[in-house]
Amino acid sequence: MAPQDFTAPAGPASSEHLLDSTLETIDAAEALVTEAAQRLGIDEDDIPGLGMAIRECVANAVVHGNRYSTKKKVYLRVWVGEKSLEVLVGDEGDGFAVTDVPDPLAEENIMKQSGRGILLIRAFVDEFAVRKREPQGTEVRLVKHLPQ
Amino acid sequence: MSLNMTTRQVGDVTVIDASGRITLGEGSSAFRDMVRDLASQGHKKLLLNLGDVSYIDSSGIGEMVSGFTTVTNHGGMLKLLGLNKRVKDLLQITKLYTVFEVFDDEAEGVRSFQ
Repeated sequence: MAPQDFTAPAGPASSEHLLDSTLETIDAAEALVTEAAQRLGIDEDDIPGLGMAIRECVANAVVHGNRYSTKKKVYLRVWVGEKSLEVLVGDEGDGFAVTDVPDPLAEENIMKQSGRGILLIRAFVDEFAVRKREPQGTEVRLVKHLPQ
Repeated sequence: MSLNMTTRQVGDVTVIDASGRITLGEGSSAFRDMVRDLASQGHKKLLLNLGDVSYIDSSGIGEMVSGFTTVTNHGGMLKLLGLNKRVKDLLQITKLYTVFEVFDDEAEGVRSFQ
């Protein structure tokens, strides 16, 4: 499961949010992004999946990245384009390599309790990429396109 | 909306009626506690009714897998009932349809334990 190339969005974000490393942030991020998706006109049937991708992404930032630290923030930036919705989620954790995440569909991992978040993110967005965030942390880019 | 769960007996099958969301935090931990308690109390035939569960995330899925293992380790079985399309899709994506027995009809689910 190699990550796609990380191309930073051009131009200023439509909205930017600095969020605490709490579980409430997951709900808030989902609400912000799904509202933007509805505004853009993304298919109603695709919005719950997009919401799940955002939840998984922000949960990773809060739980695995920032480890609920009150000193660390989650960065959420949303670009509402003409044909796509683009989201960056950043944390201030120690970082991780997507390629180090075990394949949750491998027979030996099917019964593991955790490790399915990235699989679900990939399932519900059109583009997914991860890069190291400077000076510290991880940044994840998600893109959902409008239907052609 | 958080997770609410109640149990009822249909013969020797314990049906867990869940409603709300099984997500990271209170929802998934409440689910974990319920399944562990039932397994340790000797309930061996568990049918988890997800008909009113609107949303499950990866944490919730993890707790379902963990619950399946817990019940199996106590000599019992955990089966699923009444999944909506979104939850069915999640089981497909995660390949867990190969692990869980899933039923649309409660009577059929109950009979499957006999």
